[in-house]
Amino acid sequence: MELIQLHLPALIVVLPLVTGLLTALLGRGGRGWWISLGATGAVLAATLQLLAQVVYQGPQTVTYLMGNWPMPYGIGYVVDPLNAAVMATVALIGFVVTLYAGRSMAPEISPDRARYFWAVWQFCLVGLLGITITGDAFNFYVLLEISSLSTYTLIAMGHGRDRRALTAAIHYLVLGTIGACCYLVGIAYLYMVTGSLNFADIHARLADIYATWATDAPVYKKTIIAGFAFIMVGLSLKLALFPLHVWQPNAYTYAPAAVSALLAGTATKVGAYGMIRIVYSVMGTDFAFTFLRSDILLAACALMAILVGSLQAIKQTNAKKLLAYSSVGQIGYIALGIAANNVAGLQAAVIHIFNHALTKGAMFMALGCVLYRTGGVRLEHLRGLGRKMPLTCAAFLVGGMGLIGVPLTSGFVSKWYLVQSALERQWLAPAGVVLVGSILALVYVGRCAEAMYFGQRPENSPEVREAPLSMLVPTLLLAAASLYFGIDSGTTSRVSEAAAKFLLGVAP
Amino acid sequence: MSPELTVLLAVGLPLVGTLLIVALGRWPNLRDGVTVVTSLAVFSLVASLLPAVLAGRVVEAQLGLNLIPGVPVAFRVEPLGMVYALVASLLWIPNSVYAFGYMRGNHEKHQTRFFACFPVAIASAVGIAFAENIFTMFLFYEVLTFSTVPLVTHKGSSDAMRSGRVYLGVLLTTSVCLQLFAVLWIYVLYRQGVLPGIGFVRGGLFGNALAAGAVSAQMLGLLFFLYIYGIGKSALMPMHKWLPAAMVAPTPVSAFLHAVAVVKAGVFCVVKVIVYVFGVETLRLSGQSAWLVYVSGGTILAASLIALFQDNLKKRLAYSTISQLSYVIMAAALLTPVAIMAATVHIIAHALGKITLFFAAGSVYTAAHKTQVSQLDGIGRRMPWTMAAFTIGALSMIGVPPVVGFISKWTLLRGVVESAQLGGTRAEELFALCVIALSTLLNAGYFAPIIYRAFFRPPSPEDEHHPHGEAPVSMVFALCTTAGLVLLFFVWPRALLTLGAAVMEAAT
Repeated sequence: MELIQLHLPALIVVLPLVTGLLTALLGRGGRGWWISLGATGAVLAATLQLLAQVVYQGPQTVTYLMGNWPMPYGIGYVVDPLNAAVMATVALIGFVVTLYAGRSMAPEISPDRARYFWAVWQFCLVGLLGITITGDAFNFYVLLEISSLSTYTLIAMGHGRDRRALTAAIHYLVLGTIGACCYLVGIAYLYMVTGSLNFADIHARLADIYATWATDAPVYKKTIIAGFAFIMVGLSLKLALFPLHVWQPNAYTYAPAAVSALLAGTATKVGAYGMIRIVYSVMGTDFAFTFLRSDILLAACALMAILVGSLQAIKQTNAKKLLAYSSVGQIGYIALGIAANNVAGLQAAVIHIFNHALTKGAMFMALGCVLYRTGGVRLEHLRGLGRKMPLTCAAFLVGGMGLIGVPLTSGFVSKWYLVQSALERQWLAPAGVVLVGSILALVYVGRCAEAMYFGQRPENSPEVREAPLSMLVPTLLLAAASLYFGIDSGTTSRVSEAAAKFLLGVAP
Repeated sequence: MSPELTVLLAVGLPLVGTLLIVALGRWPNLRDGVTVVTSLAVFSLVASLLPAVLAGRVVEAQLGLNLIPGVPVAFRVEPLGMVYALVASLLWIPNSVYAFGYMRGNHEKHQTRFFACFPVAIASAVGIAFAENIFTMFLFYEVLTFSTVPLVTHKGSSDAMRSGRVYLGVLLTTSVCLQLFAVLWIYVLYRQGVLPGIGFVRGGLFGNALAAGAVSAQMLGLLFFLYIYGIGKSALMPMHKWLPAAMVAPTPVSAFLHAVAVVKAGVFCVVKVIVYVFGVETLRLSGQSAWLVYVSGGTILAASLIALFQDNLKKRLAYSTISQLSYVIMAAALLTPVAIMAATVHIIAHALGKITLFFAAGSVYTAAHKTQVSQLDGIGRRMPWTMAAFTIGALSMIGVPPVVGFISKWTLLRGVVESAQLGGTRAEELFALCVIALSTLLNAGYFAPIIYRAFFRPPSPEDEHHPHGEAPVSMVFALCTTAGLVLLFFVWPRALLTLGAAVMEAAT
């Protein structure tokens, strides 16, 4: 038992890697799903344990040395309140969506490909969890590529239903690769000037270099600025931050239902985590925000994301695409929190990473239920479903209220912190844009809700009934969680506060 | 029973009622019985708090909710809130009786949903009334908005849907973009140590901060503006469009919610915020609220003018409501003790009169299926009780003896005089006097023709073929009761003036 406890950080990444390989070899029939479920369940338990440890019990960091090579020479896994929270989010969504995917993938992916689907599914989680836990810049890149490559595959697997999944996957592949290259180039620049690949070590060495900038003989100024710019562009692509979001709507729309739910809840969130890590723990806010003023640029992109994403969402007639564009907007909220550079802003970012994973996960899963029963997710497929599939629609509605930020849903909590952080910085207009974004969300959620609850079923449409329980239960689970964390935000606030204060070096 | 428990029960009991109503949906008589019992219980709970409040005792209660850590959902009963809670819970009783007759008489569908939404609205009204801080008020304000949307869209026709969109759009946009903005701003100022808290306190929050220069007069003015227009339910022009739109709802909704609970929540919040957040003295010193006298006065006149030209009876009443609501706002904006008392008394007086008028309009619709003013020729002979009650209500709107409207108008005039004596600018007082005089004429101008048609014009020939009498007994009973109250409080003004004096006492 103690042995497992000791190797917990490594297990989170190694376990799904091993089971993923096993699935590819042995996962015929339904076994792939069972293996994935077991692996994600174990990972969830492990991440929750780590989260409890760093937030509630202390010490605030847990370090694990791969092969016992000391840092900065070897790869170290470092768990702190920030990545513990993000990992728990990824693992939770991973587990719940796996539960759901067992049934939902059946009509979308042919049985002979199922085991590869499950193998890639687990590799995707390996990459995402690894990115979050690693303390090494190059390891980060490797895991980024693992997650991206498996994501391209997962999206392309939607081609059984709609051939456009293939072009969406290629589109993402091209942009994702560019993004990963940008990240790699940026890291190379930093390696050039610091000679290190360990995040903490780079941070320490950069401090010495920054110190020279105040003197007459500044060194490596342009190299570091260029490196930072490359990294930020690379991460923004992964994060789907406006204007680098163009790959995202089609990818989410044409991917299999479960894949959309998984990606919406995890992939972009990990990108957001990467951005927080680079800005706050590696480059330092003094350089990134105070010296370069990149917070203004980041905030501007975030506000544009909120407005453009939400306005695009309003125009959509395909509900999945509508949600995809809504995600573009929601990413803007997270990015604005990062740019705010205060406790409330980071709290908002961390809470919104979690909340948005819950709400968007629930909504994509609800749409998956609709797809399963009606064969489509255009708004006309939603018409009149409120009576035919009451629980699915209720879950969708709860998720939608979360996007709007209605009090008593979790979305309200993150908006509260976000506006608070903007006002603390005296950013009145951004605070206003955040609130206007809620109203835009009301419009696009309202379009879906109106179709569901006040529309009539189309003529000669086949009879539909409520989704199967194995899909309904996970969907309702996430929706209920969104309500729960909206009514009692004690846990999310505590965890996010620990993360924010840890990053900003404020005593907890 | 301890007063704390009473407060919590007054908010919580209606929600239990909702659950019971949904559970008993299959047995209409039982279901409607629950409504009556709940309404009686809620009124007695609220009324039982009255002696303590008049004696000046502080009654507080807190809900153990952790919506946002450090921001409690708490209640404190004070005279002004007491007045609003009394009015709302008292008039719910006749409205329930009336609604049974109306809904059954018109064979409305989805009656369970209809009756289930009402208690939620009441619970939120009581929550608004007793809110201890601006966050709690905002919270219940939003619940009130959402709980009344299904009532507005009740008919499900495209017209009803359009109105529902306007209703939700205006109320939510104003409350989220302006009110929530102000709430958060005040919260941030409190966190920064500029303001003493976010609760409603005697004399307001801003006195010291303004004197010390921590808050500039312009900032106070901006916050004031955000708050006044953030409370869209007060239907101050140009944010009034939702109220005529809401007239598409069944008449019990218009009568109770859009003449009493919802709109009075609006003006109540305006008065409460002026008195307990900004502070009467502070506002007068800063001079930042003078515009409100002119805007509300303009609203009174403009709405009355529009009402003159409405042929639809309910629309005419709606515009009359907009104009009468602004009386309350104008009174509060005069910022003198007696004017605050006038605002309080007018909240009560208008509620009693307007609910009677709507009851009468619905009764005409049920018995004669008439909705337009031009169809009402000679209807007074067939429906003498209804039209007599209508006349009493109309007189109260005009503000002449022997009805309660006279008491409030008289008090308002006293407030204007007092404002002049306290060294007002004179221009404001003169303007207010002109508005009162002109609007009295206009009110007479749009109510007198209805009364004239009903009693003094012969019925049109085609009416001879559709004989009808009075509306169902329960409806006539309800409207006679409220008409009786309108008369009662004229001969017993002490009741109103005592409450008003208590509010005045606490306000300054």
